[in-house]
Amino acid sequence: MLLQIKNLHAGINGKEILRGVDLEVNAGEVHAIMGPNGTGKSTLASVIAGREVFDVTAGEIFYKGKDLQKLSIEDRAREGIFLGFQYPVEIPGVSITNFMRTAVNEVRKFKGLDPLPAGEFLRLMEEKKQLVEITSNLTNRSVNEGFSGGEKKKNEIFQMAMLEPTLAILDETDSGLDIDALRIVANGVNKLRRPDNAFVVITHYQRLLDYIVPDFVHVLFEGKIVKSGGKELALELEEKGYDWIKKEQE
Amino acid sequence: MESQANKILDEVTQGDYKYGFVTDIDTEFAPVGLSEDTIHYISAKKNEPAFMLEFRLKAYRHWLTMSQPKWAHLNISPINFQEIIFYAAPKKKKELSSLDEVDPELLATFNKLGISLDEQKKLAGVAGVAVDAVIDSVSVKTTFSETLSKHGIIFCSFSEAVQNHPDLVKQYMGSVVPYTDNYFAALNSAVFSDGSFCYIPKGVRCPMELSTYFRINAANTGQFERTLIVAEEGAYVSYMEGCTAPQRDENQLHAAIVEIVAMKDASVKYSTVQNWYPGDKNGLGGIYNFVTKRGICKGSNSKISWTQVETGSAITWKYPSCILLGDHSVGEFYSVAVTNNHQQADTGTKMMHLGKNTRSTIISKGISAGQSNNSYRGLVRISKNAVNSRNYSQCDSLLLGARCGAHTYPYIQVDNKSSIVEHEATTSKISEDQLFYCQQRGISNESAIGLIVNGYAKEVLKQLPMEFAVEAQKLLSISLEGSVG
Amino acid sequence: MQSEHKEIITKERFLDLFEKNRALLTKNDTALLAGTREKAIATFARLGFPDTSLETWNLTSLEESFNRGYDYYLRPSEEVDVQKVFRCNIPHLDTAVIGQLNGWYVSKDVPLMELGNGIIMGSLAEARKKYPQLIEKYFGTVADDAGDGFTALNTAFAQDGVFIYVPDNVKSPKPVQLINVIHHDENIFLQSRNLIVVGANAKLSLVHCDDSYNHQASFSNIVTEIHVGEHGVMDHYKLQNLNNNSTLISSVFFRLEDSASLESHYISLNGGLLRNNIRVRFNAPHGRANIYGLYLMDRKQHVDNQVFIDHAYPDCTSSETFKGILDENARAIFNGHVLVRRDAVKTDARQSNKNILLTDTARVNSKPFLEIYNDDVKCSHGSTTGQIDQESMFYLRQRGIGEETARMLLMFAFADEIVTRIDIPQLRQRIEDMVKKRLQGELQICEQCVLHCSTPEHPVEFQIDLSKI
Ligand SMILES: Nc1ncnc2c1ncn2[C@@H]1O[C@H](COP(=O)(O)OP(=O)(O)OP(=O)(O)O)[C@@H](O)[C@H]1O
Ligand SMILES: [Mg+2]
Repeated sequence: MLLQIKNLHAGINGKEILRGVDLEVNAGEVHAIMGPNGTGKSTLASVIAGREVFDVTAGEIFYKGKDLQKLSIEDRAREGIFLGFQYPVEIPGVSITNFMRTAVNEVRKFKGLDPLPAGEFLRLMEEKKQLVEITSNLTNRSVNEGFSGGEKKKNEIFQMAMLEPTLAILDETDSGLDIDALRIVANGVNKLRRPDNAFVVITHYQRLLDYIVPDFVHVLFEGKIVKSGGKELALELEEKGYDWIKKEQE
Repeated sequence: MESQANKILDEVTQGDYKYGFVTDIDTEFAPVGLSEDTIHYISAKKNEPAFMLEFRLKAYRHWLTMSQPKWAHLNISPINFQEIIFYAAPKKKKELSSLDEVDPELLATFNKLGISLDEQKKLAGVAGVAVDAVIDSVSVKTTFSETLSKHGIIFCSFSEAVQNHPDLVKQYMGSVVPYTDNYFAALNSAVFSDGSFCYIPKGVRCPMELSTYFRINAANTGQFERTLIVAEEGAYVSYMEGCTAPQRDENQLHAAIVEIVAMKDASVKYSTVQNWYPGDKNGLGGIYNFVTKRGICKGSNSKISWTQVETGSAITWKYPSCILLGDHSVGEFYSVAVTNNHQQADTGTKMMHLGKNTRSTIISKGISAGQSNNSYRGLVRISKNAVNSRNYSQCDSLLLGARCGAHTYPYIQVDNKSSIVEHEATTSKISEDQLFYCQQRGISNESAIGLIVNGYAKEVLKQLPMEFAVEAQKLLSISLEGSVG
Repeated sequence: MQSEHKEIITKERFLDLFEKNRALLTKNDTALLAGTREKAIATFARLGFPDTSLETWNLTSLEESFNRGYDYYLRPSEEVDVQKVFRCNIPHLDTAVIGQLNGWYVSKDVPLMELGNGIIMGSLAEARKKYPQLIEKYFGTVADDAGDGFTALNTAFAQDGVFIYVPDNVKSPKPVQLINVIHHDENIFLQSRNLIVVGANAKLSLVHCDDSYNHQASFSNIVTEIHVGEHGVMDHYKLQNLNNNSTLISSVFFRLEDSASLESHYISLNGGLLRNNIRVRFNAPHGRANIYGLYLMDRKQHVDNQVFIDHAYPDCTSSETFKGILDENARAIFNGHVLVRRDAVKTDARQSNKNILLTDTARVNSKPFLEIYNDDVKCSHGSTTGQIDQESMFYLRQRGIGEETARMLLMFAFADEIVTRIDIPQLRQRIEDMVKKRLQGELQICEQCVLHCSTPEHPVEFQIDLSKI
């Protein structure tokens, strides 16, 4: 099993957001997490990635059999966890090239590999840019600075392609994308799918799931996964909204 | 509705100081000038216990060693303390007996100022406002004292507090603003005559707004009032202060002290609409307003919020401040300062972050017109132990006319790495585009400025209790009357 | 050699020194300059050295510096190893290099160069002899010593320094690199005086470096006057890399005539106590001045930037952008003062100061101050102080970048806003490298300082190996 979350409780400044999340993800699977605004989807993603502002108050997270809570943010990333941010931050002054080269080489070092020679690195950049059809010269610009909403999301997928993670969590990577970009991003993800990796996609819309077909769909509601099912569940949600789930909870 | 609108318009356009009248009341004065004798006189008049006289004399002796501060961006003509009368009180007419122990002249005066001392006459839709009315050196009447005392709240004049609650006075007086603090604080501590005292016991939410109305009436007098507010654990109070003075050619001195103590989880909101006589169009006369206001957030999670609308006074020197001692305590300062003609203002705040996770917000809006000078001076200090603290300051200045000045002196000191301090400021004139837009819709230049200025100050005005907000808005427009030509 | 040995710095010492050496000091003065000098010493006698009771000095105490005791020389030391002065050359940067050692112009046989295009460049002492009218026209007219004891003292004692004259309509073909090296075996107090005149429609790039070559304590009081004529363009760089025992009071006065344009960059990499007085006066309408500052301080270093911009005429634009990173017990002070005078309509002035504190013992005082006497202006200022942005840290670390590296990257990025403003590519590259080294704690003033390790003869690569950081 790649990821196993048991009874996870987490919050911020004493306010509980996750109230007992259970989730299991195996290699080769795609999971979709849906749920109303503010129910804790991004929080769950952040907690898996190790974001320090959130306090884990109870529960366990295992990844490749390791207790994730013992690992730093960067070690989780180096172990293959990638978070595609819902709101990627702008980092003025750090060029994407410099940023990616640093990241790729640190991950390589962690794996006991030598740094990529400059030429090879640049070739890799070109190749992955094509994967997400980035044509403009985004890479000389500072990370996310002045990018449009869609460009930011594409840039996240580009970075994912560069880092080739084992577990990719994509937090609303579809929002802000035009129809073509949505297809491009989804294709990018599909190309990266392998039997030994897994994806967790957080989304509000069926649209994305038309392209990236999930094996499982979960509904996160008030900090808990209250319903799980196959890809039909997403269609049902699209049609009926969340009210019936809220009612079921009462 | 129509007539109401007209009335406001009238008031706005006839922008003379409408509180400039003098009430003819029989007043008793201390001998002119300042000496230890004056202090003995004041203390005796008030029948004070020995500790008060001692406090005053210590303050006076300390004051003698000090000199007037010069650092402010103010041009102050020398003050001759030997020409000031330090105590003036309306004479009591013994024959009055009932609840109306107040001289009808005085009642009329306050009515004319729009302040009702009649407990029955509540404002429609408002829970009622308890008022302490201070004229020259003494408090003449405090309303709703009895209602409040049912909640254990003490709201009375400072003199009464000295008589009836000497222990509380002794414990807190000078604990936030020691007499050594500055020149004018020392002076006030020596000669202060009256003011308000307010004590909210543990866990009590004060059911109504408390307010003090200050009025200088007599000529050649100085007003030195002192206010002390103590909010015990979990208590809440909102307090308002208003002031006016007659129109006179001489400058009159007003040197007040306000001290606030907020214990754990307590919250105090202090609002001021300062409308002392600003002097005439040529800069003749007006009040010298030198005030030391400071609160301490002593307990954790306590909060002190200052809101001020400063439109009056010839010179304003005033920095309502917060000492954020308790962890997670919060300090706020919202200010609109308007200067016109020859007025000068040097005002701002100090936020001293001492406790962990303390927060402060400063919003200051300066408006200068005529030949006036308006300075914001603010200190934000994050001490080494105040980890994870935050400050956000925004200080904007608006200039109306080519001969006024707007100055911003922010002092920022950060001594630890986990805190974040942000300061932003802009200075500009009123936007031609906005003016044009209003005018294109048929609004006169003057009203357009009134509208725009009120919009500009909105962030601060909305902090005011409702009773004050309307008055403040009118004041803003009146103060700027004639500022554009 | 005439010197005053290791005495502490006092007003009396210098008044006395002036009295005793008046003849020597005024030897080559025209009557007017002698008068300027007398006025200056009188001003100094009145003001003395500033102390913390003055608002502009209240956070910078010189007591410790003063009490170290310094030698003071009224004549240059005879033996000058010219090579030493040029070790700090920026490789591949095609500049005209002129140097000063301990405040004295290093002659290299030619004390004053007169280039074909009319540019004059060299020793101020020499220029005073050779071009008295030219010196008289500008000397002491840009620097205002009325309220400033240090400048008054410098004027009174002005002997040597650098003089650069770019005539009207001449654009200096290459940047001029002015290197000011302190190298002495005893504690030394020095005062040099520079005068730079950029004529109408003329252009000059000046790279002005303050360096020390050993750990000996020093106290420098350096005054530079820069006049930029109508439509003139001045590109000014000030690089400070002094040892931790050094005290530098650097006062640079700019005067901008109609439509003149100034870019000034202050990069402070090291120094015990650095005080930069930066004063810009718009002496006519339509001027433009952008002042950038970057300071990276650690240990007990102290940097104090005082920027005063005098908008005395309409239609001028100014900006101040100062950024700093403070580590260990370092302290930074930023005091920006914009004065908009009554008639200076259509003024546009901006101030910004941003600081990052890396420890709880580092300190920042920021005072962006606006004084405005006119309504037709656009002025703003902002100041932020805090730690490295935590959101960005999370983002970088989520990509597998280690905490230290992430912090380093973000610090470079923070500094980058200032570094990218450097217009000379080689210089920018060089400063980028130095900033990186500085932030990694590798930039040191050692016996053989890293700066002069990088001469064309002994090149040192400053390339950052990204895989290593
Ligand atoms: N840094 C924070 N500080 C305080 N509250 C937070 C913080 N981050 C999240 N929350 C709160 O936690 C709750 C869950 O937020 P979260 O971002 O996880 O929701 P979400 O399910 O991703 O919503 P959306 O669909 O809108 O992205 C919200 O109420 C949010 O306001
Ligand atoms: Mg979310």
